[in-house]
Amino acid sequence: MATLAFIVADGVIYASWLLIVAVGMTLVYGVMRILNVAHGSLYALGAYTAATMVGAWFQRGYAPLGSFALLLVAALVVGLVMGLILELGLLRFLHGRDEVVVVLATYATFLILEDVIQLIWGVEARPAPQPYSLLGTTTVGPLLLNNYDLALIALALLVGGVGWWALTRTIAGKLLLAVIFDREMAEACGINVRRVFLVTFLIGSVLGALGGASTAPMISVSRGLGVDVIVLAFAVVVIGGLGSIPGALLGAAVIGLSRAAAVHLLPQAEVFAIYLIMTLVLIVRPYGLLGHERLRKV
Amino acid sequence: MTGSPVLEVRRLTKLFDQVVAARDIDVTIATEEVVSIIGANGAGKTTFVNLVTGYTHPSGGSIRFRGQELVGLPPREITRLGVCRSFQMPQVFSTMSVLENLMIAHGLSDRGRGAGLSALASRDRVEACAELLSVYRIEAYRDRPAALVPQGVRKLLDIAMATAREATLLFLDEPTSGIATEEKFAVMDIVMAALAERKATVVFIEHDIDIVERYGRRVLAFHEGGILADGPAADVLGDARVREHVTGRRRA
Amino acid sequence: MPARDRTGAALAGAFVVFVAAGFFLPSWAVSLVILSLARGIVALGLVVQFRSGLVSFGQALFFAIGGYAVGLAGLKLRLTDMIVLTVIGVAAATLLGAGLGFLMRRYREIFFAMLSLGFSMLFYGLLVKTETLGSTDGFNVPAPTIFGARLSALATRTLLYDLTVAAAAGAALAVHWYLGTILGRLDTALRDNEVRVEYLGYAPGRVIHVQYVLGAALAGGAGALTAMAVGHIDPSMAYWTTSGELVFVTILSGTGSVLAPFLGSLVFGLLQTYALQYAPSVWQMILGVALLAIILHLPGGLWSALERNRARA
Repeated sequence: MATLAFIVADGVIYASWLLIVAVGMTLVYGVMRILNVAHGSLYALGAYTAATMVGAWFQRGYAPLGSFALLLVAALVVGLVMGLILELGLLRFLHGRDEVVVVLATYATFLILEDVIQLIWGVEARPAPQPYSLLGTTTVGPLLLNNYDLALIALALLVGGVGWWALTRTIAGKLLLAVIFDREMAEACGINVRRVFLVTFLIGSVLGALGGASTAPMISVSRGLGVDVIVLAFAVVVIGGLGSIPGALLGAAVIGLSRAAAVHLLPQAEVFAIYLIMTLVLIVRPYGLLGHERLRKV
Repeated sequence: MTGSPVLEVRRLTKLFDQVVAARDIDVTIATEEVVSIIGANGAGKTTFVNLVTGYTHPSGGSIRFRGQELVGLPPREITRLGVCRSFQMPQVFSTMSVLENLMIAHGLSDRGRGAGLSALASRDRVEACAELLSVYRIEAYRDRPAALVPQGVRKLLDIAMATAREATLLFLDEPTSGIATEEKFAVMDIVMAALAERKATVVFIEHDIDIVERYGRRVLAFHEGGILADGPAADVLGDARVREHVTGRRRA
Repeated sequence: MPARDRTGAALAGAFVVFVAAGFFLPSWAVSLVILSLARGIVALGLVVQFRSGLVSFGQALFFAIGGYAVGLAGLKLRLTDMIVLTVIGVAAATLLGAGLGFLMRRYREIFFAMLSLGFSMLFYGLLVKTETLGSTDGFNVPAPTIFGARLSALATRTLLYDLTVAAAAGAALAVHWYLGTILGRLDTALRDNEVRVEYLGYAPGRVIHVQYVLGAALAGGAGALTAMAVGHIDPSMAYWTTSGELVFVTILSGTGSVLAPFLGSLVFGLLQTYALQYAPSVWQMILGVALLAIILHLPGGLWSALERNRARA
């Protein structure tokens, strides 16, 4: 049953970074009703920026552990800058337009950013493996786990936990929930919905970039990163339910484990398995496993 | 003027969780009657119409239209059987012209299930619909997009669309709401004249008691989901309980 | 109505012009036109759906079905007649569309888009893991014949070109007629007020189902033509980026006329050819900027710009 252990371990690790990415995406949809295809680009930008910064850091021979802080800084910078540009430069002009049209606009943004990334960083891969080996390893039974991966799992749980706590226990969070449930009413109650939108989008962008920055040391940071990720994040968010953070957790777990299972048992079935689950969920529970139907106003 | 029953409602009930929107309603409406439904807001008037026309499903009871059970049928089936309705907020096709709106309604009333592949703007149809527009006195707006016409015109369009089909039973939800007071009688005159020709049975919800007095020969007064009084207009409007709960204490 | 006559006349004129041009255009242009017109046929189906406010993010499914039907028919059944193959492509896609339509008709807006994406990616995943179909590499399609005769490469190409032009004109004409019928006009009505359609006695779901099958049939035929023109099929025909391109062409074209998607597709094709040749590293950026420009400034697509100019003239 060593294979099972490998599958679970891999699955949980996949699920972790998927969760970080998906929480951002689902939050933005829940509050703003925007399915942001460019979220994948934020991930890629986070990864590339982190890789470059980490590369430069180690070249200068600075304290290795500081590179972790760099990852977070990269995520913050990319998230805030891109978030501001996207929200203030594009999304606020699409307020009120049909949801699908907005998705197309974010798709257009994604296309633009893909080329921008290539123009800045070129075609070759940007490896930044150094932080990955800094924390050592842990052995659990047949598994040799890299502590970086464990840290990633912890980070994901932190993001999910803090996110859920902030939404349900703080006043700011409750404001967000109000906007999610009924934007018009929230506005009528005096909530500055525009500001809520901006803050939400910034948080979402930072999380997307964080997903990229935190996984940069684990993967090959190269072309097409955004495309692969957006496809997965999309499946996670749909399965869990658009706008639901617990849903993102569930979706990430489902996709993470399926992907790990497929990779270990039936490699070519990876894409198929993910989309089979997504399609089945859409057929049986269109609002996702943990999502809820939006009340239609007549 | 009692004819054979067109609508028989028995023990109709609707619960939205704890809220009783319809309470054991028993009503029989005969052919060619003109019935007015009155009641305070939330009394269950629109719920009743929604139940009969299939917008919501009852929690219990039966609704028979010319002997056929309506409960469980989707609204489109009920419409095809001959039960049509207009809405409190006019439901029209906002980007299409007034004439086109009517042509769609007309086209869909043509043959039962096969609305299909016949041309929309055939000469016959255009003529028939232009005719209908002039009956309702809105032919001046025929080429304007429905979203851009005055509220009153949109209301009339909604009603005209509901009547495009040869309906046996017609429900009008607040036909004069949103129309200026001076015009209300004019509008109702037009509508009622058009419908009288059709020999349709008409049930209309109204808040304006003047309209009710003038056009409703029989009145159903709703209160808290149930029928408080049912009978000729004068009797019901004079009923003490109706005065208390619905119309308010007015002139004697 | 004068507008209808104009469309018919325009189509007839375009048909003649294109067929004649087929004898004079250089080979690369002929290929470009075939592929653009085929793409336009798919976009035509999307335009009809878009009028109801629905966007399919997975039209590539039927496009790929058409292509793979051609490939398999050629490989297993030794069928190579170009007309027969096109019909097979249409039939296969129509069948699947009719079946899936029962499910799709219950969805709207973003859920319709997502489910359509799901099905197309499912098919992609299936294709990728099927060794006998060549996995990610796909396989080659045998050269098409016509009425049993195998002609020279040039003649075959020209005939395929003519077939495509005819198919495009025929599809446009058929859809134009359809849009003038009650069912056809219900698509806009549906977008405006679904409740009212239901209350006038018609099932909104049925309108969507019919549109869906129509879109499938068109995409299947286009996929068949494309497969024969390119001579090769692979799973990328079903990938979401293919669907994305198709949606892009639809938005670019606008929904104002059955001629619009063909215009948009030709513009797209030209743009793509020149961009890939002279500025390949910014091709996606150009696409993205163009799409944004249309969404923000010209929501009615290129066709609406044309109409505006004509109105001013």
